[in-house]
Amino acid sequence: MAEEELQKTLMNSIPSINPEDISVGSESEVRTEELLINMGPQHPSTHGVLRVVLRTDGELVLEATPHIGYLHRCAEKIGEHVTPRQWIPYTDRMDYLAGMNMNLGWALTVEKLLGLQVSEKARHLRVLIVELGRIASHLVAAGTYGLDLGSFTPFVYCFREREKILNLFEAVCGARLTYSYITIGGLMADLPPGWLDQCEAFLDEFEPVVDDLHALLSVNHIFVKRTAGVGVLSPELAIAYGCTGPVLRGSGVDWDLRRDGDPFYTKMYQDYQFEVAVVRDGRYPQPSPAVPLEAVRGDCWHRFFVRMVEVVQSMRLVRQAIEKYRRADGDIGQPIKLNQKLPAGEVYLETECPKGQMGFMIVSLGDAIPWRVRARSSSFCNLSVLPELCRGCLVADVPAIVGSLDIVLGEVDR
Amino acid sequence: MVRLLSDWLTLTPKYEWVAYVAVGLFQAAILLALVMTAVAVATWAERKIAGRIQDRLGPTRVGGRFGWLQPVADGLKLLTKEDLIPASADSILFRLAPYLSFAPVFAVFLALPFSEGWVAHRLNTAAFFILAVLGLEVFGIILGGYASGSKWALLGAMREAAQVVSYEVPLAFSAMLPVVLAGTLDLVAIGEAQKGWFWNWFVFHDPFTFIAFWIYVTCAVAGTNRAPFDLAEAESELVAGFHTEYSGFRWSVFYMGEYAAMAAVSGLGVVLFLGGWNGPIPLADWLGLTPEAGAIAGFVGQLVGSINFVLKCIIGVVFMISLRWTLPRPRIDQVMSMCWKYCFPLVTIAFLGATLWTLFLPDGLLNWGHPKAATREASVVACFAEGQAP
Repeated sequence: MAEEELQKTLMNSIPSINPEDISVGSESEVRTEELLINMGPQHPSTHGVLRVVLRTDGELVLEATPHIGYLHRCAEKIGEHVTPRQWIPYTDRMDYLAGMNMNLGWALTVEKLLGLQVSEKARHLRVLIVELGRIASHLVAAGTYGLDLGSFTPFVYCFREREKILNLFEAVCGARLTYSYITIGGLMADLPPGWLDQCEAFLDEFEPVVDDLHALLSVNHIFVKRTAGVGVLSPELAIAYGCTGPVLRGSGVDWDLRRDGDPFYTKMYQDYQFEVAVVRDGRYPQPSPAVPLEAVRGDCWHRFFVRMVEVVQSMRLVRQAIEKYRRADGDIGQPIKLNQKLPAGEVYLETECPKGQMGFMIVSLGDAIPWRVRARSSSFCNLSVLPELCRGCLVADVPAIVGSLDIVLGEVDR
Repeated sequence: MVRLLSDWLTLTPKYEWVAYVAVGLFQAAILLALVMTAVAVATWAERKIAGRIQDRLGPTRVGGRFGWLQPVADGLKLLTKEDLIPASADSILFRLAPYLSFAPVFAVFLALPFSEGWVAHRLNTAAFFILAVLGLEVFGIILGGYASGSKWALLGAMREAAQVVSYEVPLAFSAMLPVVLAGTLDLVAIGEAQKGWFWNWFVFHDPFTFIAFWIYVTCAVAGTNRAPFDLAEAESELVAGFHTEYSGFRWSVFYMGEYAAMAAVSGLGVVLFLGGWNGPIPLADWLGLTPEAGAIAGFVGQLVGSINFVLKCIIGVVFMISLRWTLPRPRIDQVMSMCWKYCFPLVTIAFLGATLWTLFLPDGLLNWGHPKAATREASVVACFAEGQAP
């Protein structure tokens, strides 16, 4: 999308609300002694080894400072010592909840450098797999968000459904978490026989569960009370901090790389019908429950709800991909050689991962091993707004805000 | 019993206290066994029901098919755990806190009637005693949080102090409604007043008691720190709240206190609002199972009554358990404003309404203007005229 169009989108969005105005109100006017609390790295709801230092006044959080780096594994540096295909397993250890999507991002980046075009069959299979991966990742996000707000049961329901997706992935590539399935030049293997039927059976089972999750979370009165108007992120602030994915769309910015991204990436979604999960005129793409009156654009509720809507859209995409894959001729093609020489050049490509825009950068001097490899992680940028959102909230809101940003520390630290 | 024992031991009157102490200990042991059984069954039920709600099986291995020995296994495991006291903790208070939180709940069962004649100690101020003693539980938790020397525990304890002390007020108010209707603080008499068909239960007495019943349910859940009001131990916010630093047996004593409190508030609610030991249909009366009909018939009647009571308590506990596994947790400011802005005014209105209802419609809505009501009205007016309480 061009710059003017983005500006227009911003102008159309409702005026942002100052978080100070909707904080807890006059009951918290009383000041007491300040307390410095260490939240994490071993805290139940920091979603991994995140450490947040809270400066609190009773229950009121005056300042929240995230400290990261507990899961830094030098992934980028390792990438400069192995060939691109050998680096595939390192990518799915970044966002370990959406390994397929990470593999795809890196594979596309290298393919763009090589000028490689995968076969039609491989393209549809990739869409199928990454959209399933998106559903799995959003299920974790929704389930753990319920957990952050003290509701244990939706978590189990979400993981039960995710388990079915993991079973499908296991049948496809043998792994349940770190797949390395999508590689440069195609995919590791074709689907096993009968897999598409299993996948369709899963979609049929899963569809009613989304309504259950809406009933237990999205429209639940306590849930709405806990999330609506909490941690409001204005579109301007979201763009200024480089927030992407559901966090950006939750603020009402109509931006999805699957539609607006690099042509090399968007042509993968050519001929696919889906709606970007963003609120337009107070409504989300149907079918979805109505937005509660308390919800303010850019609050935790919207960030959560965008993911739930995306799950439905991803199911649409998976169904289309199954049809297209069945009709496609040929095979899924061959991956490149393990030590294939790369042309000299520099490519940066961002893809729409479940957590946000995941960008990979590769600089090659003409060897088989790239000279520089960098990753731009969405969780890192999304996490960076945490101090802004947590200023003046209550201690109980901190897990609600961290959960709504849906960060994965493996991706933050790489 | 004291007499029997002192005769058997041929105690002189000077040493009769020995018999009192012995009998007291014996009765306490029976009561404790009862409470511990209730706690064990409640923990097992919690895990089983949670499992069923969440598409799991819950415990299945220990003790045969349904994992019914799981509480014993849990208890043994906790006993063998390392007993840790943090260096920054106030050691004495830290040790004291769990028992201080469990003992009051245990004392509640002392005055709670299981059936007409089956009550450990019949107090003429039982309702007041139970409410007062139940309020003591919070001290143990505040102490535990304070003595832990951990910031999370301190936050949990502060929440507990604010929440439980606040919810005591509407809880006590809603418990006062049946007291006004029955005209006594004696729980046995309150249970007796609800004899007969289920529409005689106080919850169905008038619209105000119906409202008060649901306020009682809300406040009882909040007062016992059960989810969705488990803010003091909110695991996603405060790690584990007031018992963050507790481990092993001390931790389990806190849990025993929580489960015993669940049973206690259910029991109190059943006696106050749900007819106590009276079944929905006066079956025992039809069959003549009254103490007047002889010792055996009387015993059977008491047994049927206590089974009724226990069944109703189980329904209450199961309700609280399913609530926990369904709802998210509100925020502390929302919990507090719910107490003071909604529960408290509502229960005040209900209290006033029920009082006026008993004054003007003592025999129900259909008997409006009944001569009995008129005389009572006149007598109350006369009392006020003379400057006395009615």
